[in-house]
Amino acid sequence: MDSPTSPDHANLLRFTTVGSVDDGKSTLIGRLLMDTKNIYDDQLEAVKKVAKRKGEKEIDLSLLTDGLAAEREQGITIDVAYRYFQTPKRKFIIADTPGHVQYTRNMVTGASTANLAIILIDARRGVLEQSRRHGFIASLLQVSHMIVAVNKIDLVDYSQDVYNAIVEEYDEYSRKLDIKDITYVPVSALKGDNVVVKSEKMPWYDGPTVLHMLENVHIGSDYNIRDFRFPVQYVIRPDLNFRGYAGRVVAGTVSPGEEIAVLPSGLVSKVKTITTMDGDLEEAHAPQSVVITLEDEIDISRGDMIVRRHNLPQVENNIDVILCWMGNEPLEIGKNYFIKHTTRTVNASITKLIYMFDVNTLHRTDATEHNLFCELIKDTHHTDVNTLLLNEIGRAEIKLTQPIMLDQYNKNRETGSFIVIDPDTNFTVGAGMIRGAVRSIEETIHAEEKTDVEELPIKVEIERDPVSLKEREERYKHKTAVIWFTGLSGAGKSTIAKSLERILFNTGIHTALLDWDKLRHGLCNDLNFSDQDRIENTRRAGEVARVFYEHGSLVLCTFVSPLRCQRDQVKALIPDGRFFEVFVRCSLQTCIKRDPRGLYKKAIDGEIPQFTGINSPYEEPLSPDVILDSEHKSIEENLKALLDMLKKKGIIRK
Amino acid sequence: MKNTNISYLKQLESESIHIIREVAAEFKNPVMLYSIGKDSSVMVRLAQKAFYPGKIPFPLMHIDTGFKFPEMIEFRDRYVKEIGCRLIVEKNDEAISEGTHPQKIGVDKCCAKLKTQGLLGGIKRHKFDAAFGGARRDEEKSRAKERIFSFRDEFGQWDPKYQRPELWNLYNCRINEEESIRVFPISNWTEMDVWYYLRNEEIPIVPIYYAQEREVVDRGGVLIPYDDMVKLKKGEKVEKIMCRFRSLGCSPCTGAVRSEARTIDDIIKEVEEASKSERENRVIDMTSDSSMEDKKKEGYF
Repeated sequence: MDSPTSPDHANLLRFTTVGSVDDGKSTLIGRLLMDTKNIYDDQLEAVKKVAKRKGEKEIDLSLLTDGLAAEREQGITIDVAYRYFQTPKRKFIIADTPGHVQYTRNMVTGASTANLAIILIDARRGVLEQSRRHGFIASLLQVSHMIVAVNKIDLVDYSQDVYNAIVEEYDEYSRKLDIKDITYVPVSALKGDNVVVKSEKMPWYDGPTVLHMLENVHIGSDYNIRDFRFPVQYVIRPDLNFRGYAGRVVAGTVSPGEEIAVLPSGLVSKVKTITTMDGDLEEAHAPQSVVITLEDEIDISRGDMIVRRHNLPQVENNIDVILCWMGNEPLEIGKNYFIKHTTRTVNASITKLIYMFDVNTLHRTDATEHNLFCELIKDTHHTDVNTLLLNEIGRAEIKLTQPIMLDQYNKNRETGSFIVIDPDTNFTVGAGMIRGAVRSIEETIHAEEKTDVEELPIKVEIERDPVSLKEREERYKHKTAVIWFTGLSGAGKSTIAKSLERILFNTGIHTALLDWDKLRHGLCNDLNFSDQDRIENTRRAGEVARVFYEHGSLVLCTFVSPLRCQRDQVKALIPDGRFFEVFVRCSLQTCIKRDPRGLYKKAIDGEIPQFTGINSPYEEPLSPDVILDSEHKSIEENLKALLDMLKKKGIIRK
Repeated sequence: MKNTNISYLKQLESESIHIIREVAAEFKNPVMLYSIGKDSSVMVRLAQKAFYPGKIPFPLMHIDTGFKFPEMIEFRDRYVKEIGCRLIVEKNDEAISEGTHPQKIGVDKCCAKLKTQGLLGGIKRHKFDAAFGGARRDEEKSRAKERIFSFRDEFGQWDPKYQRPELWNLYNCRINEEESIRVFPISNWTEMDVWYYLRNEEIPIVPIYYAQEREVVDRGGVLIPYDDMVKLKKGEKVEKIMCRFRSLGCSPCTGAVRSEARTIDDIIKEVEEASKSERENRVIDMTSDSSMEDKKKEGYF
């Protein structure tokens, strides 16, 4: 096996793989496992034996994952299979889901816990209806990251044209979906090109391999870290002196002393301790399982939710949802079902189906989810939908006999999701994602009046093609990118960036310069110097840079950004090959000597509590695109290094 | 903002604790299968953590085939007493008194009688509605398709084609009388994770996991521990070899592997470098391409 992941530090990425019967999905997984040396000899031997018995020349990597006898007989994947592998950087859990029409249920299942989805497209067949459907479901389930693996590229002679055509077509489609980032990789799972090892057969492709993406995609910001939610699972009372509430923090953080509210009762108390067998904690955060004790004795039981007093979820018993039907029996309006939401199970009935769409015949591929649904409502034959069949998805209203404490699914997966259980069969027949509460009649009328006015400009927006980045780049005659200068305060980031901007601007390039001074008075005037605020500051800077980037500018950003995770977070916002990290190196002594704004003096005098270099660490970049030395090299030399890099990367012309 | 990343092992721990608590909260009469092996040891520790400072609110059950190594039984009785847990030992007495032995009736039949029937009998007798097992999805291909909450009909059987979808962290615990759910709280752990966790948490394990010199018979590369039950086949001889057990089953069907690993760190190093999977020495998986799947359908874990 490969050198192991440190179990104490490495983190976990859950991803799902989707593809149709012959897209080579199982082969891709087999390839990932084999090339990262996560397959044992005896497992490989067993697969070789099968190949021999069947008289096949090449071993069938898919046999490593297709586990059930029925699957091996039919040569297809029937059920979700979970596989595990690790590299020195990360540990991975794969939910391998079949993607053919009748198994939408499985894809929804696999996507429900995934941070990332790999969608396979057969290079010979191009973008199929189901490729779009897979993207749509990933978007519906709010899988943040997507890799589109254009597989079997070897069978089209590693053709760049074939690849580009697929990328263009899918990109056009996926822009309308709610996916945070999407990366395309041309691969041959069978031959191993660009899966783990970079292919030599495609010199025209300079992007990452599939494994590189899996190891480096930034997932820290996928979790809801703001809204503390703690569904109570179990009450622990070993004796009269201890009464604790066991559960998992599903979002946010909590500390002893904080004021909390218990829902649905609304009783208020303070957190006394956060207890675990490994000792009491000063803070608990998602996804930790802990026991919370409170200052006051109040009646709390399973199904209640502990939240922060001033950050409440909605408490509702009439909900508006997107529902994926998974039962063999069709959905029955008005029938009694159970809904399990967090740790609460309540009786419910589906009162209304507002609209549905059939994933098998999904053809309005240019529509966003919302838009698509709107289109379907307009189709009169869709307004009288009265059931959902297995693998169908629709929007519905559900009435609950007791309220649940919910957030919208796109804000919080854990408090925005539920399953539907049929009391007759006890089978899980549906999966739901909450859009919000159902409005009352008055509210609805009121809202409709408003939406008439509000929706008008949005529709106009949708009907017109937005100006694409490609069009902008063609007109501006240069590529766009984000150049991120990091280094100690006083290292010379701004001086270099300003000179660079002048040079670029003079040659006709559209530039933008972002620094702390530009942001702190307006956009970030609610933030100060705390760790949390500085990370938020970098996040906003990154988002602003992205907007400029998307509008065709070459963006120069100068931020101390001392932590690697901060810079990685910004990097994850910008497509690969368009983000350049520039490390402006200068010794701390020189920076203190320069002290252009007198900040070091203040920090040393104790006026600024956490100042990078003095009493807060600076993490040097591990592999910056350029290292500039402002101490020993002239500004001209540094500028030349930057310009050379931009030319080499094809951003500006030679 | 503090660094809220937690290591993957802590994430797995947290997920498992969540699962164990769900079962304790939603089922009337759960039980934790305790096989005395390393995976069981991890599972029991997770259960302790789930209810701390309370005690584990359900009993442990061991299915004794009569072929377990004496060191295992000794360890079991001592450990269960130490952690203050109730232990139930179940046997298929009828089959044992008939002299059921893998060399007489074949491995598959022997397993079906002693393990599967022993287990199903125990579940029925005590009316357990949920049973935790320490199986992991990475152990074997058909287990990779297993749910965390695996529905079993009134005969304890698994139907791989009619499994309940399992979404997010929401587990469907509803069953009719006589039916049951098998719950696998460490589904997402790998063999390495188990070893790391045993080390980090300093969890005691049966000493036969560690290498020592043992009298064994080399049967096609698998080292079968020698005792009076083992009948030597033609050309076989008893040898003294430094070896250890990588996974524990019944003595006639569990082979040892050559090893020098005397500490948990040695074992971790060995497993990291290993080129064969941990069940390679388990005779029960070798009988056919889908032998584990067939056993699971009958009601095996």
